[in-house]
Amino acid sequence: MPPMLDKLRKVGLRLLQAVPTVFGILVVCFVLTRALPGDPAAYFAGDMADEESIEAVRENLGLDKSLPLQFVTYVKDLFQGDLGTALSTGQPVMTELASRLPASLELTLGALVLSFMIAVPLGVLAATRPNTWVDHVCRFLVTAGVSLPTFFTGLALMYVFYYLLGWAPPPMGRLDMMFLPPEPVTGFLTIDAIIAGEWEILGAALAQLALPIITLALFTLAPIARMTRAAMLQTLGSDFVRTARAAGLSGRRVLITYAFRNALLPVVTTLGMVFSFVLGANVLVEKVFAWPGIGSFAVEALVVSDYAAVQGFVLSMALLFVALNLLIDVLYTLIDPRVGEES
Amino acid sequence: MNRRDFLKGATSLSVGASVLPLFKILPASAASQETAVVVIGGTINSLDIHRSGTNRDSYQVAINCYDRLVSFGTKQMPDGSLSYDYSNVQPELAESWEISDDGTVMTFKIDKNATFWDGRPVTAQDVKWSLDRAVSLGGFPTVQMKAGRLESPDQFEVVDDSTFRITLPFPSKLALPDLATPIPIIINSEVARANATDDDPWATEYLHRNPAGSGAYKIARWDAGQQLVYERNENWVGGEIPGYQRVIVREVPAQSTRRALIERGSVSVSHNIPNKDAKELASKPGVKVVSTPIENCIYSLCTNVEFEPFKDKRVRQAVAWSIPYQRIFEQAAYEQGVPMWGGTDTVEQAVWPQKSPYNLNIEKARALMAEAGYEDGFEVPLSINLSNADWAEPAALLIQQGLADIGIKTTIEKIPGANWRTVALVEKKLPLHLENFGGWLNTPDYYFFWAYIKGNLFNSYNYDNPEMARLVDETLDMAMDHPDYTPNVKRMIELAFDEIPRIPLWQPTLNVAFKESVEGYEYWFHRQMDIRALKPA
Repeated sequence: MPPMLDKLRKVGLRLLQAVPTVFGILVVCFVLTRALPGDPAAYFAGDMADEESIEAVRENLGLDKSLPLQFVTYVKDLFQGDLGTALSTGQPVMTELASRLPASLELTLGALVLSFMIAVPLGVLAATRPNTWVDHVCRFLVTAGVSLPTFFTGLALMYVFYYLLGWAPPPMGRLDMMFLPPEPVTGFLTIDAIIAGEWEILGAALAQLALPIITLALFTLAPIARMTRAAMLQTLGSDFVRTARAAGLSGRRVLITYAFRNALLPVVTTLGMVFSFVLGANVLVEKVFAWPGIGSFAVEALVVSDYAAVQGFVLSMALLFVALNLLIDVLYTLIDPRVGEES
Repeated sequence: MNRRDFLKGATSLSVGASVLPLFKILPASAASQETAVVVIGGTINSLDIHRSGTNRDSYQVAINCYDRLVSFGTKQMPDGSLSYDYSNVQPELAESWEISDDGTVMTFKIDKNATFWDGRPVTAQDVKWSLDRAVSLGGFPTVQMKAGRLESPDQFEVVDDSTFRITLPFPSKLALPDLATPIPIIINSEVARANATDDDPWATEYLHRNPAGSGAYKIARWDAGQQLVYERNENWVGGEIPGYQRVIVREVPAQSTRRALIERGSVSVSHNIPNKDAKELASKPGVKVVSTPIENCIYSLCTNVEFEPFKDKRVRQAVAWSIPYQRIFEQAAYEQGVPMWGGTDTVEQAVWPQKSPYNLNIEKARALMAEAGYEDGFEVPLSINLSNADWAEPAALLIQQGLADIGIKTTIEKIPGANWRTVALVEKKLPLHLENFGGWLNTPDYYFFWAYIKGNLFNSYNYDNPEMARLVDETLDMAMDHPDYTPNVKRMIELAFDEIPRIPLWQPTLNVAFKESVEGYEYWFHRQMDIRALKPA
């Protein structure tokens, strides 16, 4: 079998393995949402509604049927690509996810890239000079970053850069009011603006992104920097680095090609984990910066027992993580020469 | 192209931004004379008020985009701010109306100049279709219509294209004001019917996203969960042409962000701000705060008469004598509102809300507890609605201290907003809880109907008194100049204070912060932003 096909087959197998996981998540999520206290029918019929209209809403939502029957209907709709309607926002769940997921991902990925760009050099620097002032500064910075709750960092940054200095634009969502969003292609405003060639809008979108991204990046510095430092220390102390040094390779070559490449593996793994908890931390940042993301949507939906919305959110997250894990596995084969050779 | 270039270009070409449709770049700015930006904390989840599931924040679409047959006039409040005037019903789509001598037939003449946004004249057929819809869809619209004795499509009759008749089963003072609430909006029935389906004869799916009205503003854009952009309807006949060409409503969930925005002057209006901010912002330069007492609304502590100790009137009175009202008013209300304690022993006026005769008096409270045989006190949970935590939590803590002084041990129970309705209002099983009912129709008997009649929704404490029931039944539809009206209302208030199942704490305010340059704001009973009245200074 040619190696390319073989790789594709492996990817396919990995995807198949995810099917039972996703199904399990569907079932658990379905049962858990129903186990929540609260009656969505009564809530959505409104404060003044009488029994009759609550019953009508219940019927409308299909909540008058038995649980297994509801589940079958849910799965059936799901296979037709219908995730139901989010009652709390009045939009189809699919539409909500399609517009909100990119908003959250833009924030999360932006924060991860920024964080990665700062934390990795910081970690490498700290590892090459352990227990010097560089190391201590690095430790202080990351500890401070992770200890401050994101909503606090967000508010503090907003207070300084918007309220006091006026450098940042009004924190009112993804785009200032004087701009209309570009034609949606990817849902990522920055990318869509580039595709449309709207440089002003790109600038405006980046300006809105700046503070929330910095807030989230500060929060994620710690795990990445600490993991880089630890992994670098370990590889720098290992036999092959010593051999490389003994063979007279330049310090730079030893550090980058031999030590750093090997240290990257655990860092990439950490990145995957960090990604998941940043999506969680997003909720508060989204609230503070009025970001129309998926986190605030899910929390609102959960509070009012909006079943369809919660299920849609959990499902999309599950799929996202399956994709992410796959991506990380693929990255491994690129970074780690051994993974490729073994096969 | 940014806003500045755009405006420059527009002036040099002497083309007003007003003639341009929504452009690639909105010429929107808080500083502009043509555009106002309103921030709200909630979210707009539908453009159709009749749809089930439509939340409170969405009512503003019914107010700003649709007309009703009638509306209310304006009055000036003692502090100089403006409020709608319940006693002054004014034309909106109806240019005039007549009420038959027996009070049961109301005939409306529809303004011949009134047109829907698509240019078609408003006819009596549209009015009938719209009111039929409101009484037929069920849920909140139907309940609100029923409050005005409007229950069935049979009551609505098209006389000719511009004459519409409503027949009431019996005369009621609530019928005409009820037609001025946000519910009985007039919808373009031809547009709606063209988009109706067999499953959805009232076009709820279509109108949910596409309003079809004749109102002062059209919807230029709705990004659910983010913003709503209103565009002025230049052909509006329902009232004075609004002052702003365009109004952008932005959803900003974090209160601190909304406060930063209004303080920095990035937005024109911040709607419904907490009491604490209202107090603090009032002294900031460049920002003005308008606080209006919410009519027919009282924040109250309710004692459920099905809970054993509260069955005894004296225990309820003891609770009412043990509350540190003044401290609650200072620490939970930040002194925004009207005190509702420390009144006279006798009821002098038929006005509601009014001060109860109670005040903080631990001696009296202890004596009453002893008389009732509860000198050792008892334990009871004190429940609050988490959605009202901003005032309910500090108030509950102070009430807890007050009750501890007379031996009543309380534990504070926080109930999520989604469950509150079921637990508190439907099952009515919370022994002691804080409640915030306010009636849209501003007469005392309407309040008593919802809050003091057994089984009614806001009687969350199962109060039941035959005399009260008789009085409310007699008075609810009675004209306010009827000789029995004043004595009946006074008696209701006396009963409510003596039996005290609902202990008034204070009358809350609706607080709205404005940039200095925005004028014309008017308070409305529905507590939503009526953007039609706003104008640049």
